[in-house]
Amino acid sequence: MIEAKGLTKRYGETTAVNDLSFAAEPGVVTGFLGPNGAGKSTTMRMILGLDRPTSGSVTVSGKRYHELRHPLRTVGALIDARWVHPNRSARSHLRWMAKSNDIPQRRVDEVLETVGLTSVANKKAGGFSLGMSQRLGIAGALLGDPEVLMFDEPVNGLDPEGILWIRRFMHRLADEGRTVFVSSHLLSEMALTAQDLVVIGKGELIAQCSTADFVSRATEDAVKVRSPQLAEFRPLLADAGASVRGTDGGVLVSGMDSDTIGDLAARHQVVLHELSPQQGSLEQAFMQITGDSVEYASDFDHDARAATELAGTGS
Amino acid sequence: MTLLAVERIKLFTTRSPWWGTLIALAIAIGFAALTTATADEGFVSVGSTQFGQFFALTVVMVLAALAITTEYRFGTIRTTFQAIPNRVSALLAKTTVVSSLALAIGVLAAFGALGVSALIAPEADLALTSAADWRQVAGNGLVYALAAVLALAVGILLRHSAAAIAVLLIYTAVIESLTPIIPEIGSTIHEWMPFNVVEKFLSGDGSTRAVAEAGPPLSTSTLSPWLALAYFAAIAFGMLALALAVAHRRDA
Repeated sequence: MIEAKGLTKRYGETTAVNDLSFAAEPGVVTGFLGPNGAGKSTTMRMILGLDRPTSGSVTVSGKRYHELRHPLRTVGALIDARWVHPNRSARSHLRWMAKSNDIPQRRVDEVLETVGLTSVANKKAGGFSLGMSQRLGIAGALLGDPEVLMFDEPVNGLDPEGILWIRRFMHRLADEGRTVFVSSHLLSEMALTAQDLVVIGKGELIAQCSTADFVSRATEDAVKVRSPQLAEFRPLLADAGASVRGTDGGVLVSGMDSDTIGDLAARHQVVLHELSPQQGSLEQAFMQITGDSVEYASDFDHDARAATELAGTGS
Repeated sequence: MTLLAVERIKLFTTRSPWWGTLIALAIAIGFAALTTATADEGFVSVGSTQFGQFFALTVVMVLAALAITTEYRFGTIRTTFQAIPNRVSALLAKTTVVSSLALAIGVLAAFGALGVSALIAPEADLALTSAADWRQVAGNGLVYALAAVLALAVGILLRHSAAAIAVLLIYTAVIESLTPIIPEIGSTIHEWMPFNVVEKFLSGDGSTRAVAEAGPPLSTSTLSPWLALAYFAAIAFGMLALALAVAHRRDA
């Protein structure tokens, strides 16, 4: 269980995280979703007591991080797979971590086995591929058999096999009753991994709900309608409560499914040339929802957003 | 004790401390071998065997600074603070382990230098007969340990290897030795500069030397040898306290 209340972090003038409150429950994978620069890593560092919140607080299993006696036995975290000394072996890296929290040394070999690094345990971590480093980081997180696990962008840069492995692994951890809190900037990835979502943009909470709810809300269907009698049909649709966008060639109707639109057209004897349901991609939808909260918007982002609006998903 | 074990594992599972130790010993002992072998008659003394200590000490200070700056460089400091949220304890444990290593290096370097000189010049009088003789040799252990504390403090404050090493080298090799040339106040300031003061502890008034040139310039400090060491210790621990306070406050 992770609980944040009014968590705020400012660096000088910049507000990285603003009044963020959320909870991650045990037994499910909670996705921590937001565009790059939304404040996900800062939030995770505050959970681990590495960064000091400007105001607000966050607790893990009811305690602030520095109040935990042997923190690695309560919270396992993989924030950055590169946080190892390149000249130290994987086993030595885990050995000092285990020692620091009175974890028996045999756990080191157990977790190396779990992540499949036994054969390279005595090799220097500096020679590891990203996937191997990621596994070493996960081994470190598992070391204390913690009830709460946190992963920051764990699938970044991994090959499909590695992504699948991590996804299954997180499900297994949640099935064991642990709290699994995993950040990502990809909704499509989270849709496959997480049951619950905490969505942030520009450091502020956008939504906390189940992934299914968020996806259905995000990908509200629209229907494309072309008709030579559009000028007559348009007000009819609007009267019926649908929202209509677009120009003479064709319009996008949302808030009404294609059956209802067809019936309405038949009733008023409107000729239709096209009546086709459109479903936007998750990524487009996610961009729309968090679109206003992208920290570093470029011209390219504007083009992309314009394209999204043309594609016409949702409002 | 657990934290000391943690820092011991960390220190000795990378190669640089081993290299640093070997280089420091090689410099101190090699320097002694060289000066003793090439010395004129009546030059070799307890004092002259310790000629190279300052250079070996510099290597140990670099080693100590790197012990903490590499943790910042590779991000393992965050893993450390994750495992041990009490940062002051974690950093004190590291300081204890690193300065203990420095103490061992200092003692080995000093007695190694004395020993190799005794082998090369068996006729020279290298017996440790006075308190000054013992301070000149065994005292290096304490000086190395305290200098390591100082270097760690600089490393914690600056967090970057290059910056910490530059500050330490420029301070010890340039700033302290150039201060006396400032008109009027230069020599007064120099009198209180830590590495000048601690030389007073090691070579005192030069009684361990057969000739005055058989070692680095004598200290201009007016403190007694043990007060000089206490002064050096106060500066080292003062810097450490400042560094710990900063590390406790700031984001890791």
